This record gives sequence, structure tokens and C-alpha cells, in this order.
Amino acid sequence: MATDVTEAKTTNLIGEPVKRVEDPRLFTGSAQYLDDLRLHGMAHVAILRSPYAHARIDRIDTARARGLPGVIEVFTGADFEDLNPLPCAWQAGGVENFVATPRALEIDRVTFTGAGVAAVVAETKTAAEDALELIDVDWVPLDPVVDLEAAIEDGTTQIHENAASNICMDWHTGDAEATEQALAEAEVVVEQRIVNQRLIPTPMETRGAAATYEPSSGEYTVWLSSQCPHIMRLLMTAFVFGIPETKMRCRALQMGGGFGTKIFLYPEYVLVAALAKKVGRPVTWIETRRENYTATTHGRDHISYLRIGAKRDGTITALDVKTLANLGGILSTVAPGIPTTLYGRMLSGAYRIPNIHCQVLGVYTNTGMVDAYRGAGRPEATYAVERAVDLLARELDRDPVEVRRKNFIPPDAFPYDPKILAGLSYDTGDYEKALDRALEIVDYEGFRKEQADARKEGRHLGIGFSTYVEMCGVAPSAWIGTVGQGWGASMWESANIRVHLTGKVVVTTGSQSHGQGHETTLSQIVASELGVPIEDVTVELGDTLGTPFGYGTYGSRSAAVGAVATYKSAQRIKEKARRIGAHMLEADIEDVEFEDGRAYVKGAPDTAKTIQEIAGAAALAYDLPEGEEAFLDDTTYYDPPNCTFPFGTHIAVVEVDAETGQVTLKRYVAVDDVGKVINPLIVDGQVHGGIAQGVAQAMWETAEYDDQGQLITSSLMDYAIPKASFFPAFEVERTETPTDVNPLGVKGAGETGTIASTPTIVNAVTDALSPLGIRHIDMPLTPERVWRAIADAKGGE
Amino acid sequence: MYTMRPAGFEYHRPESLDEAVSLLAQDGDARPIAGGHSLLPMMKLRLATPGTLVDLGRIPGLDRIERDGDGVRIGALTTHDTVATSRDVNSTCPVLSEAAGGIGDQQVRNRGTIGGSVAHADPGADYPTVLTALGATITVTGPNGEREIAAGDFFTGIFETALEPGEIVTSVFVPATKGAAYVKHGHPASGYAVVGVAAVVEDGKGRLAIGGVTGTPVDAEVDSIESASETVASALSGAIGDTYASGEYRTHLATVLASRALTTAFERA
Repeated sequence: MATDVTEAKTTNLIGEPVKRVEDPRLFTGSAQYLDDLRLHGMAHVAILRSPYAHARIDRIDTARARGLPGVIEVFTGADFEDLNPLPCAWQAGGVENFVATPRALEIDRVTFTGAGVAAVVAETKTAAEDALELIDVDWVPLDPVVDLEAAIEDGTTQIHENAASNICMDWHTGDAEATEQALAEAEVVVEQRIVNQRLIPTPMETRGAAATYEPSSGEYTVWLSSQCPHIMRLLMTAFVFGIPETKMRCRALQMGGGFGTKIFLYPEYVLVAALAKKVGRPVTWIETRRENYTATTHGRDHISYLRIGAKRDGTITALDVKTLANLGGILSTVAPGIPTTLYGRMLSGAYRIPNIHCQVLGVYTNTGMVDAYRGAGRPEATYAVERAVDLLARELDRDPVEVRRKNFIPPDAFPYDPKILAGLSYDTGDYEKALDRALEIVDYEGFRKEQADARKEGRHLGIGFSTYVEMCGVAPSAWIGTVGQGWGASMWESANIRVHLTGKVVVTTGSQSHGQGHETTLSQIVASELGVPIEDVTVELGDTLGTPFGYGTYGSRSAAVGAVATYKSAQRIKEKARRIGAHMLEADIEDVEFEDGRAYVKGAPDTAKTIQEIAGAAALAYDLPEGEEAFLDDTTYYDPPNCTFPFGTHIAVVEVDAETGQVTLKRYVAVDDVGKVINPLIVDGQVHGGIAQGVAQAMWETAEYDDQGQLITSSLMDYAIPKASFFPAFEVERTETPTDVNPLGVKGAGETGTIASTPTIVNAVTDALSPLGIRHIDMPLTPERVWRAIADAKGGE
Repeated sequence: MYTMRPAGFEYHRPESLDEAVSLLAQDGDARPIAGGHSLLPMMKLRLATPGTLVDLGRIPGLDRIERDGDGVRIGALTTHDTVATSRDVNSTCPVLSEAAGGIGDQQVRNRGTIGGSVAHADPGADYPTVLTALGATITVTGPNGEREIAAGDFFTGIFETALEPGEIVTSVFVPATKGAAYVKHGHPASGYAVVGVAAVVEDGKGRLAIGGVTGTPVDAEVDSIESASETVASALSGAIGDTYASGEYRTHLATVLASRALTTAFERA
């Protein structure tokens, strides 16, 4: 669906397809990314990384490397022993976690291929890379643990001293006993092992860091490609360096995507900051793509055992899921929180399921770190639930649409408490409305006829559904924090608005755009609320100096939390403007309205004072109301009372070439409900990108390690990120069911596409092949996998 | 392993074929470079570390396409894009243009050359398979002068050819062929042929070349579309697999693509 673009006017811009203000600088190449940074005297860092998945380091000799012309200095882990290991900021709530986290450089052991053990600082990048080859390391390889299911078995090598059976945490939600009972009593039970394979997030811009250190004040400045500069500062200063929080400034420049990988604190960031102090020069480091593939976090990587119980009429009575969640060789910053709070707690999906239980074992293996990746837990949950429901429908020989409809949480049941959300409830929803619209767009009845005709010709057409609900707009602080779900801080968000003397508006926030277009959406909100032209609004992001502390951008929170904070500040500024305006109009406050950028006496709009005039008066403070402070300025710290729950229906139509196993995606329909939409262009873009990533998991992408823990899919030549030509045009529509959680009625849209789309494809392919008796095929659905499933099914005849 | 910059190297850009041949012959550690899209990525990862690069780009006369009797002679430095869009190639041997148009992406086709592809002999490349089926001839020049090598004899192994030290591919001759088709299954990441089958039909008989399965193009003669599957299956032994596709699947896929390529080739003959 093409959305027409609007020229900005000073009217209500909320809901308007305003062209993004970020785009001109991106299209013309003038945007400044981290790799564009040039600091006087800047030196370059290259990192020596382990070629082994599991090894001891007996000795590192850097003498030859030091002697290379252009090399300034070479460091090993021992040089940073005075720094603490990185913190794990989100331990799974309510259970013991056996935590192992990385150091700036590992000292005597590595637990995944790519872990950093030495660093070269040189005048040029080339000299730095040349020097890496001259560092001599005495490695003692240890047994690598790679297989997730084998990792927890008796006799398997234990990777971390404190984690028996390589288990980081054993976490539950729901009622195990009641669920077991319900399964025993169910008229039908379907069981399935499913794999949600490891993915490599692949933002176009890899990670990097640059730093300077000022000895006279002890202050660091660190440039990071980070989704949350304030958190980076807090974690580095308070937890790793042990210095006052105010002794570090963190800055993010233009970022080229993150998808979650740029949330975390990584060893290299600590290393680069520490090197700036040790070397006494600005230093910079940018990942190569290969480093990005081995040393930046991966996503997903679950093996789950599903058991779904139901009555013969399709009513679901029980769902039990046991999941092994691969955390990798060592913990990234929030790794334990993702497969627990954000996954286990969303296993009710869009359905009323009276008995649910989930057990998650977080497991260490000698593979790359695993942490949040677009959707973070909810794609895994949606995949599990949507496959379970589809398998149930197949077992009962019922229409998968009708089984879904039958079990939907109905509109009058909201707010709906699924019992596994630790006290939260789904806010609002009208699941059937989205489903019906999607069915209409795809012409479901027509398709089933087409499918029947095609089957007679020996062609395999299939249709797959995903009726999802997701949880975003994270989160109420007390719910998600250490007292609740174990996240080591809070999740409110901040916004500051200042209207300057000249009537121009500056907005700062703890949100951190890395492709989402916040400069545009926040400007739309502020311009609309304050009644100023959108060109008069500037949004400044990405610097701990100059933005209020905030938790950053991930979990689709920057509309539901960040924009709401902005909105609330705007309301208070309007109120102050009304007070000052009334004073300027010499009228009683009760007689004055503030609307559309003007304060006026009710019934006498021509007497108005504009917000520009009011801002000027406020700044000059020559004559303000008694007790009123100068300047139009307001800061909000908004703690949401609940998460928000977008939902929708996605449908995929596929054709399977049974001879080759090739799957062709013929149509993709998405009807999403993200609550109130601030900018439909931006939401469309988010949905498109999310669908592409989620479909990619089903069809092409998979991160593979060999049995020695070497990453086989270590470049874009092996890891199949899809091209645009792989997809049909997406047919995207929306319903709009506002949320009562926040005054804007917004839910969040950044991750819905990825969350919904993956099961859609697998459901479609198994539907296409159902006449052959094929129930399930694990992802990615490569031609060979599909071909083998068909061959196996035929062989069984 | 994690590098992005090549190790240091000497760089020459000769302006004649003789000079190029002489530079390569006298330095065993020297490699020729044309489009660079196979060699440079390997050098950046330091999987290849030639001490010297001999850039062939300035040598005149190596990028011409000329009718030659019934066929067409294509200079070694002709880019894939030029082969794909050339009227001469399209009119005499359209299957070659089709294959060239499916190599990599537009940026790769703008730089990659037929001579470079042929000399590199990547098992996933398209030209070796198509040229083998077409019965093409590859002309090379070296310290001992010029010689011609039949395509069927040229590709001897994975990244291995019949080229002697110091020899450079200078042109490829392709006979006029109408009844031909090339069908490949491209790797979704790299675009390389996981399996590529070229079929040529002449006088009612079919000739196949199968690439991507054993590492070098395998040729087979086929009487009919119906017998293609079986012929191909028995012609392929020692199929190579990787994490994307096993040897067993590649062999199966080859039989399917062979039937499809042959069907199209017969239609065009």
C-alpha cells in the first residue's frame, strides 16, 4: 500500500505521512557515522581474536608485534586486570543465575571463537592488522561444547566453573501441575520438537567505538554506535571502571541500524575507553563484517518441546513448553532476560489458554553470545504458539483459521490477564477484526479453491497464518526491575522540551534513534501539540551531555514510552504558556485557552498571544506571573503503567516445487494493529523491514557452527540475508485499536513484522505439503530440507 | 582471519601483453588481476597474499568482441555485463548472454571479466559450465607463446586450470549455438551456482555440462529428455556438499535441472 506524502503544515500532524527529516542527509551522504569521525592524533585499534571456541591461554608474546613500524603499543588482558568484568544487567527474575561475563580482553580462557585476547594500537588500520599476525599466543585448546541439547547432559565439559551442566538459569512460569493434569485429561494432545535457529542480526553499520581521555579532569569521551548511550555510561563507569558516572560522556553519531545488537555493553567499548587513557591519544575501532559476525551478539537459538492439549472441538485446554535457550559462550548484557520475561511470558499468544506452563533452561555453549534481536523473545514465543495451534488444527483436521478464532481472547475480555505475565494484562485488542480484514484481502475462500485445483494438477500451493500479539513499550519499572523481572534498573523514559526566546523548539530525550525516524515523529507530536511549524522543532539525540538520562531504544518503546514522555512535557509547556499568556492578556486564567499555538480569551480569538510571543516573554522574564519561573522548559520522566500489546494477522501464500524443494513466496498480507499511528510512512517502513527479517528466518538465514565451534556462516557470502527481489510486494494494512495505557493511544510498531512473519511461512509450507502427510519442517526451509521432507514422507508410504 | 586490509604487495600495470607475461613469468609470487572481484576479497581476508599484482586492465585489444566465422570471439577482459548485453553474443550464442546476465549482481557484472572467471575456475561459477557444454575454445598466451585449449580440457579441478605458470587467458571462442539453455540454482547468499546445468542440442542430440556438483564441470551426452535424469545421475560421482546443500541433494537437483535445461534447449533448437 502506497501512502501519499504530506507537506508539513502547522496543524495536527499526528497520523500524517510526513516525510522524514533525517532522509536528506542520509541520501546525500552527509550524515556522520562513527567511521567518519576524525580526531586529531587518532590512533587505530585492531583486536586479536581467538581462533578456538574453547581454549586456555598459557602465554602471549607481543614483542614482534611491538616492533612493527607504525605500532604504538600492544596490550593483553593482563593490562586491564584492574577493570571489573562487564556486568550482566538482566538476570532472569526470581531464580538463581550462574553468571559469567566477559572482560575487556580475556586473560586466561576464551569460551567462543572471536573472543578478544590482545589489542594493537597503531598509526594506521593497516599497521594494526599487520601487527595482529605478529602476536604469538600459546593456546591450549579445550573440548568445545557446541550442541545445545548435549551441553546439559552428564559428562559434557563444563564451560564455566560456576555453571553446573552448563546451565545459567532454570526458570519457570505458569502452573506445572495444573498443566500436566490438563494435558493428561485432554481429548487430544499434539507434541512437537521445534528449533528456532540462531540468527546473525547484520545491521548495515557494524559496531565501533572511539574514545579520548582528558588526564587533568579524569574524563572520558566515548563515541559508540549504541542504542542507549546513558546505559553505556552508567555500566562502564559504575560497574567496570569504578569511577563517578559523571566522568564519562557517551555519544552516538548517525547509526546504521542495530536490531538490538547495539543495546549491549561489549568488551571492545571498555577496551577502547581504557586504551585512550593508557595510550594518551584518541583511539578508534570499527568492526570488520567478520568480527561483527563472530563477536557481536546473535539472536534466537532455542530448541523447544511443545505439548498442546485440546478438546476435539478445537478448544485449547493446555500448553506446555520446555525450552533450551542457547546463551552462547559467555553472557551478553541482558541475555537471561530475553528467553524468560520476553519469551516465556508471552506463550499465551492471542488465545485464552486456561493452563500454561513454560520451563526455560539458559545454556552455555562455546558459541557466540546470544541476546536480544528484533523482537527479542516474542518472535520465539509467537513461533512456538502459532506452530502449536497449526499442528493442533492439522491433528483435528480443522481449518487453522477457525481453530484460531475459536480460541481468541474476545474484545470484551480486555484487559486480559493470561496468568503468566506476572501481574500485567494485555491492554486492548480486537483480534477478529484484523483476521477478517486479512482474510478478505487474500480472498481466503478463493484461495482454497485455487489450492484444490492446483493439487489436481500436481502443484503445491499453501497458505499460512500468524495471528500474533506482542508485548512492547517496555516497561513499568517496578514490574521489570530487580524487584520483579530482574532487569537491573528501570524502564521509564525521559523527554525535555524547551521553547527558546525566538520561539524555536528543542526536544531532547533518552530515546536513541538508530533508523526509526524519531527526529520526525517527535517533531510531529511537539509541533502538533505546541502549534508550531514542524520546521521550528529540532530533536537532539545521542549525547549524554545534553539529553536527560533515559533507557534508550529497543523493545519498541520509543513511541509508547519515549513519545509519551515528550507528549506529557508538551502538555505542561502548554499549561505554562496558558498561564503566561493569560498574564500577558491581563485576563483570568479560567478565561484563557491555549490551542493551536495561541493563548486567547475564550470567545475572543483575535486577542491571542502566540506561543512565540509567550516564549519570548518567558525568556526575558520582564513581567511574569507571581511565582512563575522564566523560560518555557519542561522535563518528564514517564514510567508507563503497563506494557502495550500490538496484534494482527499475517498471511503468506507459497508454492512449493516438489521436485527441487524450492519454496516461492507468492503473496504476503499483513494487517497490524499498533494502536494510534503517528507517522504511517514510518510504520509501513518498520513493518516491511520486520517482515523481511522474519521471512528470512523461515526461508534463508541460519547461523551455523561446526563441531569445533567455528562459525561456518561467517560472511555475507554464506549467510543469506535476502535481497528485495526475493519478495513479492507486501500487502500491508492496519486496524487501529487505541490503547488506554497512554494518552497518545500508541502501542509500538518496530518489531511486529519480525514477530508475526516467521510462523506464517512455515505454516504455509506445511499447508502446501499436507497432502503428503508432512506436519513440520524445521527452519530455514531450504530447498534441500523441503525436498528431504517430501522424500521421507513418500518413503514412508 | 578478521582482517579487512590486504597484506602489502607490489603493483604493476603493464601496457602490453608481452610485458604482462614477462612480469608473471619472472615472479612466481605474482598474480594477474582483471576485475578483481574474486581475488580482492580473498586478499582482504588474507586468504591470498600475492607479493605482486599484475593489473591487466591497460593491455589493449583484450576487451573486443568479434564475429569469427560462425561463432564469436570474446576478449578476456570483456565484462559480464558486456557479454550479457552484446548484440553479437546475443545473436550467435544467446545462452552465453543469459548466463552472463545471471552472474552475481550488476556491480559484479560491471567489473568481472570472462577471462578472470575462466582462469579462477570457481566450482560455483557459471562460465566454466556453459563453455564446456558449448564446446568453446580458450586461447592463452604465455612465455612459450600462444595456444588454444578446449573448454572440456581447461577446467581440471577446484580453482585449478590447464594454465601453465605465466600464462594469461586472452580470449574465448564460442561457436554459434541456438538450441541451448542454462539453468542454475543460485546460493541465496552468494548467488554462486549450487548446481548449474548447461544443455546444448544439436542434430536432435543433447550435450550437458553440470557444474557445482563435483567441483569441475562434468559433461554427458543425452539422447532424450526422458533419459537425462538417469544419465546425469550416473555421470556424477563424488558429489561435494556443504552446509547449504549436500552432495546427495546436488546430484538430485542436477537431474531435475538437466531435464528442465534440456527441454528448453530442445524448444530453442
